[in-house]
Amino acid sequence: MKLNLILLLFIFFSKFSFAAEKTVDPNLIHKNLRCLVCQGQSISDSNSDFAQTIKLVVKDLIDEGKTEDEIYEFMSDKYGDWIVFKPQFNTQNSLLWILPYIALIFGGFFIFTFLKKRQ
Amino acid sequence: MQKIIKITILFIFLFVIGIFYISLSRDTNYNTSSLINKETPEFKIISFDESDTYTRDDIKKNNYTLINFWASWCAPCKIEHPILMKLSQKKNLMILGINFKDKDPQARTFLNELGNPYDLLAKDKNGKQSVKFGIYGIPESILINKELIIIQKFIGPLSVDDYDNIIKIIEKS
Amino acid sequence: MLSNLGNILLFLNVVLSLSIIYSANKNLKTFGEVNRNIFQLSLIQSTTIIICFFVLIAAFITSDFSLITVYQNSHSLKPLFYKIAGTWGNHEGSLLLWAIILSIFSFLFLVYNKNHPKNFRLLTLIIQNILILGFLFFILFNSNPFSKISPIPSEGLGLNPILQDPALAIHPPLLYVGFVGASIYFSAAIASLITDYSEKSFSLSIKNWVLLSWCFQTLGILVGSIWAYYELGWGGFWFWDPVENASLLPWFAMTALFHSLIVFEKRNLFYFWVIILCLITFTLSVMGTFLVRSGILNSVHTFASDPSRGIYILIFLSLMIFGSIFFLFQKYKKENYDLNRNSKETFILVNNWFMMFYLITVLLGTIYPIFTDALTENKISVGPPFYNAIIFPVVVVFLLFMAIGPKAKWIKNKFENIRIYFLILTGAIGLNLAIIFFFKSYSLLSNFIIISALFLIIASFMDITKAFKKNKLDFARIISHMSFGFLVLFIGLNDIFSLEKDYNIKLGETKKFDNYSIELQNLDLKNYKNYQAVIGKLEIKNINSNQTNILNPEIRIYDNPKTLTYEAAIKTSLIKDYYLTMSNIDRSDYYNIKFQKKPSMAWIWISVIMIVVGGSIRLFSNAKNN
Repeated sequence: MKLNLILLLFIFFSKFSFAAEKTVDPNLIHKNLRCLVCQGQSISDSNSDFAQTIKLVVKDLIDEGKTEDEIYEFMSDKYGDWIVFKPQFNTQNSLLWILPYIALIFGGFFIFTFLKKRQ
Repeated sequence: MQKIIKITILFIFLFVIGIFYISLSRDTNYNTSSLINKETPEFKIISFDESDTYTRDDIKKNNYTLINFWASWCAPCKIEHPILMKLSQKKNLMILGINFKDKDPQARTFLNELGNPYDLLAKDKNGKQSVKFGIYGIPESILINKELIIIQKFIGPLSVDDYDNIIKIIEKS
Repeated sequence: MLSNLGNILLFLNVVLSLSIIYSANKNLKTFGEVNRNIFQLSLIQSTTIIICFFVLIAAFITSDFSLITVYQNSHSLKPLFYKIAGTWGNHEGSLLLWAIILSIFSFLFLVYNKNHPKNFRLLTLIIQNILILGFLFFILFNSNPFSKISPIPSEGLGLNPILQDPALAIHPPLLYVGFVGASIYFSAAIASLITDYSEKSFSLSIKNWVLLSWCFQTLGILVGSIWAYYELGWGGFWFWDPVENASLLPWFAMTALFHSLIVFEKRNLFYFWVIILCLITFTLSVMGTFLVRSGILNSVHTFASDPSRGIYILIFLSLMIFGSIFFLFQKYKKENYDLNRNSKETFILVNNWFMMFYLITVLLGTIYPIFTDALTENKISVGPPFYNAIIFPVVVVFLLFMAIGPKAKWIKNKFENIRIYFLILTGAIGLNLAIIFFFKSYSLLSNFIIISALFLIIASFMDITKAFKKNKLDFARIISHMSFGFLVLFIGLNDIFSLEKDYNIKLGETKKFDNYSIELQNLDLKNYKNYQAVIGKLEIKNINSNQTNILNPEIRIYDNPKTLTYEAAIKTSLIKDYYLTMSNIDRSDYYNIKFQKKPSMAWIWISVIMIVVGGSIRLFSNAKNN
């Protein structure tokens, strides 16, 4: 009974998330690109010459039908990985993405063994 | 078992501190030097007088090409200009100037006053083309060989050292 | 003159620290009470360092440009308030503030812990003074605020105008009390290891210090966020910037620490874990300082950086780390844990589990780019998308535990109330559906976050009513937990319902979007005492309700030093903020405007304040019971 309910909820939510149209939001992309000539700002937050040019190019790329990830790839191809705030999942960055979860699982395991001993 | 854990912990801390130590002496300023040794991207750029377009084929004809991004409103561009003028006398090197986000009359006055070192002159009104070359602030120059490989990138105004460097490269062949 | 006086006082402090260490060490071997002259020495030490700081403040007030620090960070025309605030707004002055906090905490710890073993107190004092010495040497030999410059400049360089702000004036002291205050339980932890003082009562000696530093740390982070929100002009309040992360890391450790201290105090469990957390907290504070001040990280916050500082702090940090590890390894014994799966102890352990997860994630995200750069020559950026993707899904589960945990009983609990939780969960989901229905939002993760936040809030409300009936109210915990629920809820709502529009606009032009229109009505040039400003007048009209708001963003050109800043115009109301920034576009008569509607901003700040209120209630009731 409970399982059914959870399943139902899940379907309900996933429907909502799929119902949203898959359009690429330029604002989101601007937020995830670093303004190289500024101090730690994103393209979205900056109004420098560089940021304005990048905004134009992002708009073009979206019009060409590029996906979000393709645009990030284009940018890091031109300017290096430094420009994208979301590090790609590749061998070099695998530890970055995986270690937190390993820590989480390890911690859970640790607590679990404590409790097991008692039984 | 406990010993292994202890040694591992020690090792991790040593490693982290070691990396911190190495990083202290590193230059933290970012540059796009990662593009060196990559191929020049495909481009199609309109000439300054709008009579022609230039593509990669125009670069292939020469042993070496220096692509220089400049604008009349950019003060450091004035500083590097004499060096470009000197480079323009070298036979082995073609200079492609890309006028960046500029107004035509001003750009013309700039060249009339300081001389025109460019074999080919193109313009990039809104800066979109420059993104293809990974330009993020002018002046920037890119040295390319016949195989369209980027050999050097110069961020900021060309210096006398850069000049010597370029001469050394183009006169080797 | 002031320079000599300052240097003499600094030197005197070194002598005082050494003599405290010497006499405390001698006192260790004698029987009886802590020697009276140690109290006196410690009091004199705190007083001289404070006087030393006042000397620096005097130099700033009188604009004594013979001191490099004053010359670099002040200006004779600056308002008095910012002259004073400038004292700790720079690297050298802030280190002096560090030294003050280290000294005062050292003295107060000695005074307020009379019930604890003599040698434990003396050793804490010795270790704290070793830390103080480390900082004094750093100040004297590397970052001396009293260094002279000659010839004496006639005018100072001024303080960066975006740092001339009341919030930023109080932000550093708050934060320093937080993470420098952590030094005292670092010292106490090592002292406890050396003297084998591992009884429950050890927790009483540090409990209030942990709470105190936690409250200040939280407030410091809050004030920093508020400043970033209205001063930096991005409309956000948290950017996962390395400097912000540096202040968040000790906060996670502190939060974990005072939760496990509860268990240690009640059940005498987790002694070594408590010790480790004490050590980690201050180590992370110093590491954060290293990252920020050495300049190895590229960040929004510009602390003038200098590698020689980095070397010094790194040596200091290494000594702290390996010292801690040495004592810990020497004394570490396997503890026997006797836990029931469903007990308060377990739930608090779960809190620590999540805190460590957050800590590791943020730590990794902050320092990973340093590693890739050093090892592979590849610079990467780790920004908001990484933290949001890793942390937020886990927050959902965390909030559920946070609601259930506190209700569990010590030692053994029965799950009698599972039906109630189910009811609460249904309520939370219902409320969330209502939100979706009325406001139309679809993000899956945000919905889960809102549900879990509501779950925590409803559960806390039920706690209050139940506790009222039994007349046994743990206000501190309920307020803090519930406010945390509200905080996450408002951040979630803020995230979903924010509206952001970006236009290039000319004078007199109107832009329309959704049911708003924006008109740039007027531009005004005004001269002020130390800056000029272009003030825009923009009218925001809500077409549906016909409500209009006038916002006046500014572009400021400061004289000393010459800087261009953008002042956001913010209209705050209980439901939402309108946020507008305007900036000029080079070589064009268009202005770039960025309009944002940010719901429930005020409530985010209020929630954090309430979290601190909860912490302070606990602190005061502890103090009363002692």
